[in-house]
Amino acid sequence: MRDPISKVAKDMKPSGIRKFFDIVSEMTDAISLGVGEPDFDTPWHIREEGIYSLEKGRTFYTSNAGLKELKIEICNYLKRKMNLDYNHNEEVIVTVGGSEAIDIALRAMIDPGDEVLVPQPSYVSYVPCVELARGVPVVINLKAENEFRLTKEELLEHITDKTKVLVLPFPNNPTGAILEKKDLEEIARVCIEKDIYVISDEIYSELTYSGKHISIACIEGMKERTVLINGFSKAYAMTGWRLGYACAPKIIMEQMIKIHQFAIMCAPTTSQYAAVEALKNGDADVDRMRESYNQRRKYLVHELNDMGLDCFEPYGAFYVFPCIKKFGITSDEFATRLLMEEKVAIVPGTAFGDCGEGFLRISYAYSIDNLKIALGRVRKFVERLENEHSTT
Amino acid sequence: MREELLRIIEKNSRIDLKDIAIMLGAEEAEVANEIAAMEKEKIICGYYTLINWDNTSDERVSALIEVRVTPQRGMGFDNIAQRIAKYDEVKAVYLMSGGFDFTVILEEKSMKEIAQFVTSKLSTLDQILNTATHFVLKKYKDYGVTMIEEEKDERMLVTP
Repeated sequence: MRDPISKVAKDMKPSGIRKFFDIVSEMTDAISLGVGEPDFDTPWHIREEGIYSLEKGRTFYTSNAGLKELKIEICNYLKRKMNLDYNHNEEVIVTVGGSEAIDIALRAMIDPGDEVLVPQPSYVSYVPCVELARGVPVVINLKAENEFRLTKEELLEHITDKTKVLVLPFPNNPTGAILEKKDLEEIARVCIEKDIYVISDEIYSELTYSGKHISIACIEGMKERTVLINGFSKAYAMTGWRLGYACAPKIIMEQMIKIHQFAIMCAPTTSQYAAVEALKNGDADVDRMRESYNQRRKYLVHELNDMGLDCFEPYGAFYVFPCIKKFGITSDEFATRLLMEEKVAIVPGTAFGDCGEGFLRISYAYSIDNLKIALGRVRKFVERLENEHSTT
Repeated sequence: MREELLRIIEKNSRIDLKDIAIMLGAEEAEVANEIAAMEKEKIICGYYTLINWDNTSDERVSALIEVRVTPQRGMGFDNIAQRIAKYDEVKAVYLMSGGFDFTVILEEKSMKEIAQFVTSKLSTLDQILNTATHFVLKKYKDYGVTMIEEEKDERMLVTP
């Protein structure tokens, strides 16, 4: 029989998280600091709107690019929050989570051999999506000394004649790093000069703790070369609704809609109705959740530094990325032993790229009480490691 | 910092001062001073425990009483409200808009005790025109807290 599997699928590395997940799911009594989704339930008024849409029998397809009402609200939101102007008819698409938006943006823009710059540590799907689009992922290893920001120099070092797209994943999962306006301006200048497009994954845009998020699309000359990706999962605690969106210049958007139309048809209708309510009346919910995340963030950073797990202060998303290099073991070993010995699940930094070695991703999408219990166990484990390390 | 501090202790007044300080990025002494100041200013008026008496062997009956009164010249509703509030049996008194004037909330050991209080004490006050007593049958949510079993964290333990 012929090999049924394509080369590109076979060559694709399985997600590092998957491997860890398989171990964790065997353990019934483990507690976790390993999730990448909010602990809040979707606010009731948003859920209620979804239920109402079902009651009204709104169970049909929507138009490919999404409900008109939702696209208008998305544009209003981007205007209100970031002062961005998008045309809801031509420049917006509602997708199945931010993930689908990443996929179709890459497929719309990449030809075989085109190079795509992917800063790491970052979300697990960029590299595989580039590969599926037959592009060539070029990883930029971000550095702890820069607090995992992307610098102009790092960008320039990796640009070749074949570079077409830069993926810009900030606020960042797993490091919690953000980019400030001056960082964005420098990156923008390089992109314009080298004629590079940007796929800006801003799914954590509502979760920043040192001032408002700025999109690279706001920098002059960038909107026309940016695909802005955002969604409802993190801001409104709507991960399971699978709903995101992308905004892009018409010329890119037309192709994204075409791919989406053949692959997906349209995003879930119930979720779209709920999302209209989220954007119309959800600002206060977001503020409430952000305040709570911020308190946990400060608590977690303080406790980690206090127990000797050094970390820089992350200003975005809901992750802290402490360094464990001083213990002389790998992230994988640390995470596996912590799980076995103290039954706490933490994701090793390597799940997000090779340069995550020596780091861990700790999520603070947990109540303070849960953080406290879990951190107590981590502290015990760290003390044990320190003893081992000093005796060897 | 005040409002954020209040929002933290509103939900959990037993949280450690040290933890609050870390969560707010402030000094412990600063938080303690702020709380003391707010106690003095009567912004913080007390620290109570939210108890679901239904889950104990102790019987409790709550009632909500609508009260209509004749406001007094020069004093409006304040004087009569303060008189009602003085009774130990009264847990809360609110001035209301709409069809009646006060909501009075009582909590007693039995319906009989509540009935006695309403008939012998409350309705005999001069300014009170009439009352309507509503007994609470079951509490589902009180002070923002759902009284049913706590929901489990159903998220997968590890996700990207």
